[in-house]
Amino acid sequence: MAAASTLESLVDQMISVITNDGRNIVGILKGFDQATNIILDESHERVYSTREGVQQLVLGLYIIRGDNISVVGELDEDLDSNLDLSTVKAHPLKPVIH
Amino acid sequence: MLFFSYFKELVGKEVTVELKNDLAIRGILHSVDQYLNIKLEHTRVVDQEKYPHMLSVRNCFIRGSVVRYVQLPPDGVDIDILHDATRREARGS
Repeated sequence: MAAASTLESLVDQMISVITNDGRNIVGILKGFDQATNIILDESHERVYSTREGVQQLVLGLYIIRGDNISVVGELDEDLDSNLDLSTVKAHPLKPVIH
Repeated sequence: MLFFSYFKELVGKEVTVELKNDLAIRGILHSVDQYLNIKLEHTRVVDQEKYPHMLSVRNCFIRGSVVRYVQLPPDGVDIDILHDATRREARGS
């Protein structure tokens, strides 16, 4: 099958994961499996709020269980470095309701 | 298998995927797999003011289990073919 829908192409790249409880975790994809379990290195969480800009919490090496993953985005590092997160205010994402 | 085959036909078309957390992402369908996980390219979040969480993401993988709707282009559906395929699936042949 052409261009299978896997995360293979994102390995060793900076990715942004949105979890089912609405958190946003950014890190380098080191591994994954067919259940979308994910290993992230040098990761941090980006905490969104309406009162102040985005806060970044350092997490380090992280494994996220596939069940708990909504979206895995390839972070465009040029776009990301041009983004001034301290000015970005938003409600945290809502949790996924199945 | 029907929907898997069906989504494979839509590769290259622009779709909007609405997630179960109300986030809606528009992009070009790049690929789909057996779990109906979806990969999109050239993505834009539909309401960027409200959801700036993916401002620097242009390609993404969406887990099939969190998809609520996939909005298709009107010309992306050939109703006759879909009818036939659905009946064949129901007959189990």
